[in-house]
Amino acid sequence: MDIGIVELSRLQFAATAMYHFLFVPLTLGLSVILAIMETVYVMTGRPIWRQMTKFWGTLFGINFVLGVATGITMEFQFGMNWSYYSHYVGDIFGAPLAIEGLMAFFLEATFIGLMFFGWDRLTPVKHVIVTWLVALGSNFSALWILIANGWMQNPVGATFDPMSMRMEMTNFFDVLFNPVAQAKFVHTVSAGYVTASVFVLGVSAWFLLKGRHTDLARRSIAVATSFGLAAALSVVVLGDESGYEAGENQKMKLAAIEAMWETEPAPASFTAFGFPDQEARETKWAIHIPYVMGLIGTRSLTTQIPGINDLVKHNEGRIADGLIALDALEQIRAAKGMATPELKATFEAHSANLGYAFLLKKYVDDPRQATPEQIKMAANDTVPHVWPLFWSFRIMVALGFAFIAVMIYFFWKTNFRGGDYPRWALRAAVIIIPAPWIAAEMGWFTAEFGRQPWTVDGILPTVLSVSHLTAADLAITLLCFVALYSVLFVIEMGLMLKYIRKGPIDDVELTDEWMARHNSRLSKDAEIQPAE
Amino acid sequence: MILHDLLSLDLLRVIWWVLLGVLLIGFAIMDGFDLGAATLLPFVAKTDAERRVVINTVGPVWEGNQVWLILGGGAIFAAWPPLYAVSFSGFYLAVFAILAALILRPVGFKYRSKRESQTWRRNWDWALFVGGFVPALVFGVAVGNVLQGAPFQLNEFQMPMYPGPFYWKFLALLNPFGLLAGLVSVTMLVMIGAAWISIKTTGDVQKRAQKAGTVAGILAIVLYILAGVWMAYGITAYKIVGEIPANGPANPLLFDVVREGSWMDSYAARPWIWIAPALGILGMIGAVFGLRAGREGTTWISAAIGIFGVISSVGLPMFPFILPSSIQPNASLTVWSASSSHLTLFVMLVCAVIFVPIILAYTSWVYKVLWGKVTAEEVTKGHSYY
Repeated sequence: MDIGIVELSRLQFAATAMYHFLFVPLTLGLSVILAIMETVYVMTGRPIWRQMTKFWGTLFGINFVLGVATGITMEFQFGMNWSYYSHYVGDIFGAPLAIEGLMAFFLEATFIGLMFFGWDRLTPVKHVIVTWLVALGSNFSALWILIANGWMQNPVGATFDPMSMRMEMTNFFDVLFNPVAQAKFVHTVSAGYVTASVFVLGVSAWFLLKGRHTDLARRSIAVATSFGLAAALSVVVLGDESGYEAGENQKMKLAAIEAMWETEPAPASFTAFGFPDQEARETKWAIHIPYVMGLIGTRSLTTQIPGINDLVKHNEGRIADGLIALDALEQIRAAKGMATPELKATFEAHSANLGYAFLLKKYVDDPRQATPEQIKMAANDTVPHVWPLFWSFRIMVALGFAFIAVMIYFFWKTNFRGGDYPRWALRAAVIIIPAPWIAAEMGWFTAEFGRQPWTVDGILPTVLSVSHLTAADLAITLLCFVALYSVLFVIEMGLMLKYIRKGPIDDVELTDEWMARHNSRLSKDAEIQPAE
Repeated sequence: MILHDLLSLDLLRVIWWVLLGVLLIGFAIMDGFDLGAATLLPFVAKTDAERRVVINTVGPVWEGNQVWLILGGGAIFAAWPPLYAVSFSGFYLAVFAILAALILRPVGFKYRSKRESQTWRRNWDWALFVGGFVPALVFGVAVGNVLQGAPFQLNEFQMPMYPGPFYWKFLALLNPFGLLAGLVSVTMLVMIGAAWISIKTTGDVQKRAQKAGTVAGILAIVLYILAGVWMAYGITAYKIVGEIPANGPANPLLFDVVREGSWMDSYAARPWIWIAPALGILGMIGAVFGLRAGREGTTWISAAIGIFGVISSVGLPMFPFILPSSIQPNASLTVWSASSSHLTLFVMLVCAVIFVPIILAYTSWVYKVLWGKVTAEEVTKGHSYY
């Protein structure tokens, strides 16, 4: 395997996925906030809530199209840059992606046009239903993509078929109800809700600082803080759920995040701070908090969490076992369907470790010829780079707790102190607008970088997953993607700022005539009304 | 999981082959008309107000239409993983060109009218043109190359490989037959795009669209017939020889394939296939006459039938081949050797049976709500228009 191709492919996936995820969390959260605001409008008939829906809707739209634009790339990139991955696990991984299209994208994309263009063509009730359907569609898409991603972390409901040389689905419901996927889904959408809440809070705070659109800003803060407080709590609580799942399924990832080199007596301590040194296999200046790690990772005081060194030793054994499976596999394939039952039985007995034998592909074309040194090196490769994981995880967690504090503070000020916000707090709310994005990107980085050296945990190594391309192919597309995305991102930021500065468009006054009209539209279900 | 045994594997494979066709045709018709409309944008609309009218004819619906493409990608991944793996990496730079063009589209629609500057708007108009024209061309080129076979190999672990330097793999796609197929695709989509614009507009824009659509339609018919004759006499077909394990594992290497004869042999063996090219030509003729007569509804439906016929006339004679390999024929992907497992095909079929009718229902409702002409007056007055 050409390592340059592997590194370029990984870089390209990381770049395009992280760009994509700049736009997704705001879409997830803001779609729900819009639906909440519009629901209030329909129930009260007060034009201010309509104005709010339209103002935040404009910003939502500017952000949404870049999510769509960068999302198309994601759908095709598996086939373009990861063709052996696509062949090897497409039987399972492709299904949630296709269902995402059927169930989520169609819903979201069909109704978003109507959401923007349908204000004068639909009754208020029908329009708010359309807005809810858009929110539902975007949240469904998160569900299915995380079922796909969850399977990469915890590959359940599938088995390897030697004749088609790939993983095949054995139980759809295992894939669907994969506990890792469920935990990831709730954690990710909550993070999206926090992102949107912090965004709405920050922009509204800026309006208050400038003394503009204060009616809109105060009401928006009220929505953002209630919604945001619930979301911020759920991100942390359900983030813990993710940690628990990692403890069960991805022991190496958990050990690397904690820089836990040696197995400790249970319950393990949590390293709050330190500098992990991969070469020396130790963490310098570490500050330990007793018991916490054991509690998060195993929910018990007696179960041990294995350390990195023990896991590497264990993996050496799995590689040796995988080589037996690989040898049987070669013979089965050579026999073209005429393999003896004994051979098949040998393969079955060892096939769980087949992926570990493939780790040797990085060093030798035929893993069966590997030297003991190469096996040792491959086992060492199962440890991801520790310090980036250690730090990205801690930044994410710290920010997660910070969001809870911010939301509690503003919630309290809004509901119990009559919305009397000090100027320093408003300034702080503006400054922290980018923070949820940092936390979200750190979270993805921890989850995916921590999965290395695998694309599918324990099944398929990253080095084997790539397409048979040239470095030139990948360099050209990587450069073009980064250039195109960066230009579009700058344009998007420019438009966002322009439309925030511009503020909401003037809407109708709250008069008796308006309320009468609203009520008649509610009751008569009239489709077409005079232009507004 | 026992339910999936209700349908045999070979039957599921044929069903998914049909569904693959349905998705491609759905994409070509639904997203085709807005790709065509975007291609026509700089030519049928001169003033800013006219351009906004054309953009807003597809403004509320292009996003939903594009999902046909996304779903197509997802469905190929789920039902035909080897096809997904081979085609997207084998046609690498071509797929990238499509992606880059499609990335410009959502942004172009949404951002164009968000600033007053004429330069800004003109630049986005050309971005939208690229976003319509390039995918229309490249998809056609790809289909032309599928008929000829693509230069890929499979190693003993079924890993797809493509010998040769990267620029050659890209340039080799742009062979004369491939380009001809690309032009058929562009003219056909411009034709249905013009049909859509003429439904949704009035006055000068409508007249120009009808004129452009007529020219495109006539060109599409001529180029399609030319491509058909070329396919009959100039393109070598592929055949499976020996035993066909239609219920076997998804492994192309278990088949023996030779490169011989013509795809027209299938027309001789299964004469009912002639319905496809007949519908293609009749549909396009109907669209041309409809455009000239100003019969908007008939035009659009004829154009859609034409596209249905043209795409079917490529897929049907190739059966059971999906993507032949020109350099290692027995690596060719066929209906019998490139599908997902029995269970996955079944699960996906259940999902399709549940969701496709729902999708069609709400999509029709949305089109009904948005029915009617787009006028310059409403576009310039309303806040939500592009």
